[in-house]
Amino acid sequence: MQTKTHINLDPAFRWLTLASGLAVLLLVGSILYTLVMGAMPALKHFGFGFLTSQEWNPAFMEFGALSSVYGTLISTAIGMLIAVPLSLVIALFLVEIAPPAVRRIVGGAIELLAAIPSIIFGMWGLFVFAPFMADYIQPWLASIAPGFPLFQGPPMGIGMLSAGIILALMVLPFITSVTRDVFQMVPAVVKESAYGMGSTTWEVTRKVTIPYGIQGVVGACFLGLGRAIGETMAVTFVIGNRHEISASLFAAGNSIASTLANEFTEASDDLYLAALIELGLVLFGVTLILQWAARWWLRRTARKMGAVR
Amino acid sequence: MKHRSLKYRRGVDMGIRLISSLAALFGMAMLGWILSIVILKGMPAINWEFFTELPAPPGMPGGGLANAILGTLLITLLAVLMGVPIGLAAGVWLAEFGQQSKTAEAIRFAANLLMGTPSIIIGVFVYVVIVMTTGHFSGISGAVALAIIMLPVVARTAEDMLALVPSALREAALALGVPRWKATLGIVFRSAKTGLLTGILLAVARVSGETAPLLFTSLNSPYWPESFKEPTANLTVTIFNYAMSPYEDWQTLAWGASLLIAGSVLGTTVISRGFLWYRSK
Repeated sequence: MQTKTHINLDPAFRWLTLASGLAVLLLVGSILYTLVMGAMPALKHFGFGFLTSQEWNPAFMEFGALSSVYGTLISTAIGMLIAVPLSLVIALFLVEIAPPAVRRIVGGAIELLAAIPSIIFGMWGLFVFAPFMADYIQPWLASIAPGFPLFQGPPMGIGMLSAGIILALMVLPFITSVTRDVFQMVPAVVKESAYGMGSTTWEVTRKVTIPYGIQGVVGACFLGLGRAIGETMAVTFVIGNRHEISASLFAAGNSIASTLANEFTEASDDLYLAALIELGLVLFGVTLILQWAARWWLRRTARKMGAVR
Repeated sequence: MKHRSLKYRRGVDMGIRLISSLAALFGMAMLGWILSIVILKGMPAINWEFFTELPAPPGMPGGGLANAILGTLLITLLAVLMGVPIGLAAGVWLAEFGQQSKTAEAIRFAANLLMGTPSIIIGVFVYVVIVMTTGHFSGISGAVALAIIMLPVVARTAEDMLALVPSALREAALALGVPRWKATLGIVFRSAKTGLLTGILLAVARVSGETAPLLFTSLNSPYWPESFKEPTANLTVTIFNYAMSPYEDWQTLAWGASLLIAGSVLGTTVISRGFLWYRSK
């Protein structure tokens, strides 16, 4: 039987789709390569001192990343300190406590919070939340802990503390949703056995759900951390943008991302630009490591829990 | 295990229930606070001029953000045209050909890394690769940055959605002698249509609120977008510039733009989620 011969497009199709997949792989590699190459002048000029110097003076071509790195670490730490416990109890509420109708509404609201663009948090933070902090929260903190070094200085509203709190709001939905999924992975039989023994909801949570899901929760926190560290617009709006390190959380500071957002278009000089790209490289490196750790950890956990089930 | 009275245990349980309910309430309250502020402050800026006129110079009343609205639409459209086909193709390879192979695992891993990369880093990357080599800021470089952000999101959702299609369907098509590409595009795609569309919509929603990758690629402009080779006006960078300006008129416009962006991003998200939810029922 003679069939009509036609061109076999399958190899081309396969090759084309593979090329698209490899493009993703290539992108990650070229981002890393580009950042290293772009930062090379600064890497050569400042060496390791880049990370330990606090001087940031474009007029004198002095660039040190310390205040940006410090600001990133502190604002992220504040954010995580607030977001992690809150996310845990909200996930608990969603999985164990809320009746289904409430669960759907609260779950939907948390997902909506995750969808709000960073810049909207920034607008709200700068024009509404920072004045609120300055008028109520900061004077109150200063009055309950007089002389406490973290709560020194004039309550300006903008600064490290406000940035940290807004970061907390932004990563909360991510940690909550991963934690909720982890809690739901706990086999019902195990929980039911504990309830059958007469345990209260909290006892089941503390003795069964949390030990069972703790590793997943840790992974969720890593993911949230990776997000908080690179968050740009909201932080840029409220952190104050000052290249100085101060002990007080009320003081203005900056973060790696906010420095990039504010100064990148102003970098007229090659060395200035290279220093900014090196800041980007530091940020990219840290997020890569965090992502790596989180994925590895979550995958290990999933495999383990799969084996138990 | 230490013995405790039932009363004590019940008390602790109630306490935890209360705390976690309050935390959930707090989350809802924050969402309500942010959304109501955006609506309250944004509404006064929304009028006919807002959608039809160019921004007025500082101090002059009136003016709108028509150029930025158009610019954002064009940049996003261009990003979709670049990001979606490549993302879909990558998803097809992962679901249909790569599956559990080493290469597929590496691509998945890279896609996850890319999804977790701060968007400002993508901006820096595109700046070095495109803006520095061409010598000027341009709308096209902004679109490329957004496309890079969309790419891994589209690829991973496409893979997930294609994997849901039963293999019997593929096998039936292949057994009839349909070539692989036709089976994939004509049959597998058709049955995964809703899921793919939702994934794309979610990716679009995500990038249309992005600011950081546009700051030093598209930059901003007070004029109508005429060419993608020039700095192109867009809503998010306009919000940033106007919010930081000392002029009250501009800040009002920034609130109007915020309402528009928040409304469209949240609207798209809700619609596509509803889509998925409706379909899963």
